[in-house]
Amino acid sequence: MGTSWRGVFQASPSYLVITSRRCPRVSLLPESGQTMHRARLLKHSTALSVVVLLSSMTGLSAEFPESTATFISRTIEQVWRDNEVEPSLRADDEEWVRRAYLDIVGRIPTVDEAESFLEDESPRKRMALVDTLLEHPDYVRNFTSIWTNLCIGRGTPRRVSRRGMEKFFREAFAKERPWNEVVVDLVTAEGHFEENGAVNYILAQTQMRDDAVQLTAKTTRLFLGIQVQCTQCHNHPFNNWKQSQFWENNSFFRQVRRIDHRRQDPNSGRLVDDYSEVVRRDFTGPVYFEKRNGLMQVAFPKFQGIEVAPDAEDRRGEFGRLLRQAADDQPPLIASAFVNRMWAHFFGYGFVRPVDDMGSHNAASHPELLERLSADYASGGYDVKQLIRWITGMRAYGLTSRFGKKNAIDAPSSGEMPLFSHAYLKSMQAEQLYDSLIVATSAHESGAAGWEAQETQRRRWMQQFVVAFDTDENDEATMFNGTIPQALMMMNSELIQKAVSAEPGSMLHNVLSRPESDNRKIHRLYLAALTRRPTRGEIKKTRQLFQSYPPGARVAAFQDLFWALLNSNEFILIH
Amino acid sequence: MGIWKNYGMKRRHFMLHVATAASTLPALSFLNYLRANASTVRANQKACILMWMGGGPPTIDLFDLKPGSKNGGEFRPIDTAAPGVQICEHLPETANVFQDLSLVRCMSTREADHNRGRYYMHTSFVPNPTVTHPTFGSVVSHELSQQRSSLEIPAFVSIDGGSGDAGFLGMTHAPFVVDSSGQIRNEPSDENKRRLPGRLAMLAEIESGFIKSRRSDLPKDHLNVYRNAVNLMTSPQMAAFDASRAAPGLGLQAESPQTRELYGRNQFGQGLLMARRLVEVGVPFVEVNMGGWDLHQNIFQTLRNQRLPQLDRGIAGLVQDLKQRGMLDDVVIVWMGEFGRTPRINQNIGRDHWAASWTTMIGGGGLNNGQAIGATDADGVGLTDDSKACLSGDIWATVAYALGIPLSTQHTSKRGRPMKLANGGTPIKELI
Repeated sequence: MGTSWRGVFQASPSYLVITSRRCPRVSLLPESGQTMHRARLLKHSTALSVVVLLSSMTGLSAEFPESTATFISRTIEQVWRDNEVEPSLRADDEEWVRRAYLDIVGRIPTVDEAESFLEDESPRKRMALVDTLLEHPDYVRNFTSIWTNLCIGRGTPRRVSRRGMEKFFREAFAKERPWNEVVVDLVTAEGHFEENGAVNYILAQTQMRDDAVQLTAKTTRLFLGIQVQCTQCHNHPFNNWKQSQFWENNSFFRQVRRIDHRRQDPNSGRLVDDYSEVVRRDFTGPVYFEKRNGLMQVAFPKFQGIEVAPDAEDRRGEFGRLLRQAADDQPPLIASAFVNRMWAHFFGYGFVRPVDDMGSHNAASHPELLERLSADYASGGYDVKQLIRWITGMRAYGLTSRFGKKNAIDAPSSGEMPLFSHAYLKSMQAEQLYDSLIVATSAHESGAAGWEAQETQRRRWMQQFVVAFDTDENDEATMFNGTIPQALMMMNSELIQKAVSAEPGSMLHNVLSRPESDNRKIHRLYLAALTRRPTRGEIKKTRQLFQSYPPGARVAAFQDLFWALLNSNEFILIH
Repeated sequence: MGIWKNYGMKRRHFMLHVATAASTLPALSFLNYLRANASTVRANQKACILMWMGGGPPTIDLFDLKPGSKNGGEFRPIDTAAPGVQICEHLPETANVFQDLSLVRCMSTREADHNRGRYYMHTSFVPNPTVTHPTFGSVVSHELSQQRSSLEIPAFVSIDGGSGDAGFLGMTHAPFVVDSSGQIRNEPSDENKRRLPGRLAMLAEIESGFIKSRRSDLPKDHLNVYRNAVNLMTSPQMAAFDASRAAPGLGLQAESPQTRELYGRNQFGQGLLMARRLVEVGVPFVEVNMGGWDLHQNIFQTLRNQRLPQLDRGIAGLVQDLKQRGMLDDVVIVWMGEFGRTPRINQNIGRDHWAASWTTMIGGGGLNNGQAIGATDADGVGLTDDSKACLSGDIWATVAYALGIPLSTQHTSKRGRPMKLANGGTPIKELI
């Protein structure tokens, strides 16, 4: 057909839709009383190639596999039936739009964004919004900060360029690079830490001279979804990983050499940190390790049963090649690890939890779904945005987080397997909170700063929550975990102080200076903070509370209301 | 305002605090209230101080030396105040107070990964994907905070580090993490305190609406954490965090330079001093973190020059100070990390992770101290008697015993599974 076909969807038993790469989404609108269906493009595209075939005309349907989207829905719904739960109702637009913004662009919607969505009457507006958000610069910013944190942590280790790492991910997400290429770039990276930002992953994971042990463990865990740290010393007690496998994997990374350059500071005359880089070390030997019984053993570069010649000049390059291959008819691990993590990002729980401890010892909640989604993701070119469309387009993602008697047992927070019959509450991450506060208080409009400046400000603020564990794994915990320090920050910090200050240019100032009724002002503050209209009861109660303020303290009353909205559980919990 | 009442400090008290903060002269009734409480506090001083050695300390170089073995390392053992118990020559001050401490030299665990080891040693349970077990400080908070109605600050404080979470016991029992400087971030300004009642009234409205909407336990947890935070930030007990502050009503003085010196002028020492102050106001569990034990290389030099001098001063200072104040019998001290370190010395003059045979220390708490329990073989690679192997749960059961928490206590996971206290561990019989 001459076009690179992006997907074939069986939209209903009677027709198929084929879309091209340039035209990501098509919707079919049945017109009553007519036998023909009309395809309507929701998004214009220069190279339009849509074919709608009536399957009765072509007889093709049997030859096409069930579409990914249909498969997801069918599987999820089957599990609902098997467990005798009834899904919750569809989330209303207010609930859904807040969730979609937080999940995709990492912040709540502005008042304007929320209103324009709520007023839109198109029945397809949810998927249209997903498309819009995927093109929004904040999508890139959100996933850049998520992956930067995963690769180098929140408290940047010494001799690592956060800027370089962010630049790498920013380009990866902005240019829609296939995920397998991104991973290969990270594990094979060489060069200067700002010129090739990808090397910062390796720099962060080689903080100690440990023969790349940490790098091996982190790579397996982060990109393959498997925890093998303990196999450094012995066979894994639960999954099938053997100690020898750890060292075989490790062999690939023995050619990593980091050089930390120093330079003389012209003012003090002292040597100070200059740039760092990763270069290839001449290493062709085997790796030796000690078994528990004290015997020394030898390991050669080998991954998923495929051995690489020990004298290979570029072992990491070979590793990158092997990573992209499927093994044993299973989708490549880099696909399933990413799918599981992404699913957890949107639902709060992956099919497997913890997200990075996959394997036969830890059963998935929906194994066939994980496998199919991973396979389709891999065969579709590791298209991150397509994966997000699949996930957000499904019915389960659109359900409310309220649950009832008929699905009360679907409670993964108490250890049950998730059934995805309602949305699960997730706590905002510190970055999401910071960005949402900026949006809710219009701080972004008053002092518009560049990307870098904003990142720096946010990072500085973030540091108060980072707790380092001071171990060879360089791991850290966050104090932004819903406990008292977080509550104190929300109640008393300068950030919140500023948010409710009602200075000219702030959200509160704008609302207060509008010639509108108090009810309307209350309405606006609810919309700004919680993305919803207040109920009648809430307005009534608020006005009652306003009565207790002296006549001259009207501003204070609104400030306190806004403070309360920002401090509420409804604000901080993604629902 | 209904949701703020019936919790810890009564609403009336809370309002009183707010009023007090705003005025310069405290109301007489307020002082009376504090004085009345101070006596209750003193009667409830049973507590545990956990010294957490993040990274996994080389106990073979500290508390179970192997002179003459190829694994012996560079240090020599010295005698201690406890007859027959020897420890490292670089812990001389600790050696002097060893009649009040004991060693458990027969730890034999399986978790030699930092995260897993940290989890296991804090909770007594191995990590399990379907349930998050509470760290033992949260268990103590859960069991004892109800009895300490005058306690307005969290019942579980962790200094200079994270220490796991409260798991299925809920956020209310999560550790309150602070740093040893004593500065609590984001303390309220007077203006904030003054406006708090109005703000909380508005918050109550939104907060309870969301709780009622049936979404999970998180909205309720949020409310509970806010209650604790409000109690904390309006409490005079906040003075316990800051060694330079006195709170006469609570019997707390500003610490003298001598006392500060006694504990050592470093993070660990000052963290222990803060722990003692917290225990004095009634906090039943304090964890003090000391990192930097992950010594894969250059171990002896680092121990001799950096880690051991601080550790030595800190332990000895705490024991002496508690004893002098008559608190030692009520405060049980636990010293441990996630595991020990390999008996074999690696090529980088370091030791790697090792869980099969290592040592923890326990002391105070009215236990039969001054002993070394269990033993490892001549090279430190195994126990002399495997049937004596001691697990994480046995340490915590001993602590529970010292704190008066019944060993029959059970908790129920959110899924309804019963969980035994300390995973069914047994108190170490030589100690009780």
